Amino acid sequence: MKASGFPYVIPMLLLSVAFFATPLAVLIGFSFIGPDGLTLNNYGRFLGDAFNYRVLMNTAKLGLQTVASTTLLGIPIALLYWHSGKTARQVIIFLTLIPMLTSNVVRTFAWIVILGRQGPISETFVALGLAGQPFSLMSTELGLVLAMCQIDLPLIILPLIAILSRTPVQFTEAAQVSGAGPWRIFVTVLLPMMLPGLLAGWILVFASTSSSFVTQAVIGGARNVYVPQLIYREVGTLFDWSMASAIAVVLLLSTGILLVAMTMISRHRRLVGHA
Amino acid sequence: MPHIANSIEGKQLSVKDLTHSYGGQNAVSDVSFEVNAGEIVALLGPSGCGKSTVLRAIAGLIHPKSGRMVLGGADLANISARARGIGMVFQNYALFPHLTVAENIAYPLACQQVPRAVRKARVEEMLSLVRLNGYGNRLPRELSGGQQQRVAVARAIAGRPSLLLLDEPFGALDRALRFDLQVELLHLQKTLGITTLIVTHDQEEAQSLANRLVLMSKGNVEQIDTPMAVYDRPNTLFVNTFIGQANILRGTVVRLDPEATLIGLPGDKALRLPRRLNFTIGSKVTVTFRPEEVRLTSQPGENSLAARVTVSVPLGPTLVHDLVLDDGTNLRASEVRGPSTFVPETGTQVFAEIDTARAHVFPGEPEVSQ
Repeated sequence: MKASGFPYVIPMLLLSVAFFATPLAVLIGFSFIGPDGLTLNNYGRFLGDAFNYRVLMNTAKLGLQTVASTTLLGIPIALLYWHSGKTARQVIIFLTLIPMLTSNVVRTFAWIVILGRQGPISETFVALGLAGQPFSLMSTELGLVLAMCQIDLPLIILPLIAILSRTPVQFTEAAQVSGAGPWRIFVTVLLPMMLPGLLAGWILVFASTSSSFVTQAVIGGARNVYVPQLIYREVGTLFDWSMASAIAVVLLLSTGILLVAMTMISRHRRLVGHA
Repeated sequence: MPHIANSIEGKQLSVKDLTHSYGGQNAVSDVSFEVNAGEIVALLGPSGCGKSTVLRAIAGLIHPKSGRMVLGGADLANISARARGIGMVFQNYALFPHLTVAENIAYPLACQQVPRAVRKARVEEMLSLVRLNGYGNRLPRELSGGQQQRVAVARAIAGRPSLLLLDEPFGALDRALRFDLQVELLHLQKTLGITTLIVTHDQEEAQSLANRLVLMSKGNVEQIDTPMAVYDRPNTLFVNTFIGQANILRGTVVRLDPEATLIGLPGDKALRLPRRLNFTIGSKVTVTFRPEEVRLTSQPGENSLAARVTVSVPLGPTLVHDLVLDDGTNLRASEVRGPSTFVPETGTQVFAEIDTARAHVFPGEPEVSQ
């Protein structure tokens, strides 16, 4: 047998078992416990309720909208990074990382100011005559997507930058000499090259958005309810921990299915070589 | 070789006074040369001499500061890279990793909106042209280096370009494979009659492929000639030392006769050249000669210098002697080896007789970059 590195991972393994695997097992166990012992009732009650089902779908929709908007913003920024010189690259990396280095509370409150009735968005629209009177984007899905997009943008830019920095520009030059125009180069060369990075980013953004309780609660307000708020209500208000566990497991599974699907795509033979 | 349905019409390329700079420093200055229709020309020079910059300007990947490039009568200045109708093989091939071999070869055809059926037939034709039948569905990473190189060539010529550019196309291959692929490329080029410009730093590669060489150094063209002429009649000291091996001696012109020139060397020695040189008496000069123009003798004679053998190495059919002169200058001599050729031992005192009729003389320079 080869000399194994197993002893070196023991500390991390112990930590994971004690503080991640065990609580997760307890959580899953809780979700099957009812007043009369083991039951599937918690899941039945949650998924059977039309309101809960709509919340689940809304959460998925919020995740997908954030994924779409971070993708639309992230790709041009990543390509700009690819074509930039050394200094410009450092500036782009720094600006990309700022949201990650800012406290969740600070950036959420900053968004309250930006989205509010006297905020820059509303004032600009009024000044340009695009809106008749000041408006607030607080407690709207659009406002929430805007905020989530800014918060999660690094999660998609960083994998894209990692892929592109290993991609020589010769690929686009080869396409150019072959007679491809900018759009054909983007669709047939750049997008396929970036796809492994996009898949990784999509998983991260989706998981982060669908579980970010604070931002959802503060900016989404009471009218927009998402799964994390449902869990919080069961835990903090209704004290039904079994129900809370069942909802958490459903959220975990739906993100997990997405993760498996994305991983399977990224294992495609055309993508493996340059990922 | 399969028959080529409608063979490519090679066009003449002419480059005039091409100048380009990066960050204020000239990468190439006033480069001019021509490639006749159907000809192979090699841009040859050490790395950093600007040869790749010239190639990229012709391909349209960079816009030169000044100069004119004309391909088949059309000024390239107003034609974008995608519309130039040029095929290019990149240094690391730049095959699209997510596309199969067939899709890679079909890429320029798809860009030209060639109908699907024609495209398919052309890909098959290209595959058999580069002897890769049956490899169409493989991905580039599933091929060997030599096979990838052939796919890159197939993609470059699939769109029937009027000019083929190759940037160090054999650089990533091992020596044995390189020669086979060079022969194959020559054959392909002759069959198609496509005008070809190849960039390389490998002089053997350039000499075996090209009809003419364009020698570049530090952004300037040093000489444009056939491989033989470049070897036999180098224009500059750089060309002399870059192509093949050259011994270098420094001296001073001491006497000019109608049919001879006497060049004084350090240590009261002299070489007599059987022709009158265009130098004034007292000029510092550099004399160069090839190893095969040095003969070892045991007796002193005209144009012979006392030397000591450092080492003698048989290289296949030739015997190479490394010599050192009394003043410490190193010389190299080579002779064709026979069964009875005497191999001198290290330290043997000999006389190196120089065939001055074939020696070259250049103005003396303080330093020579090898």
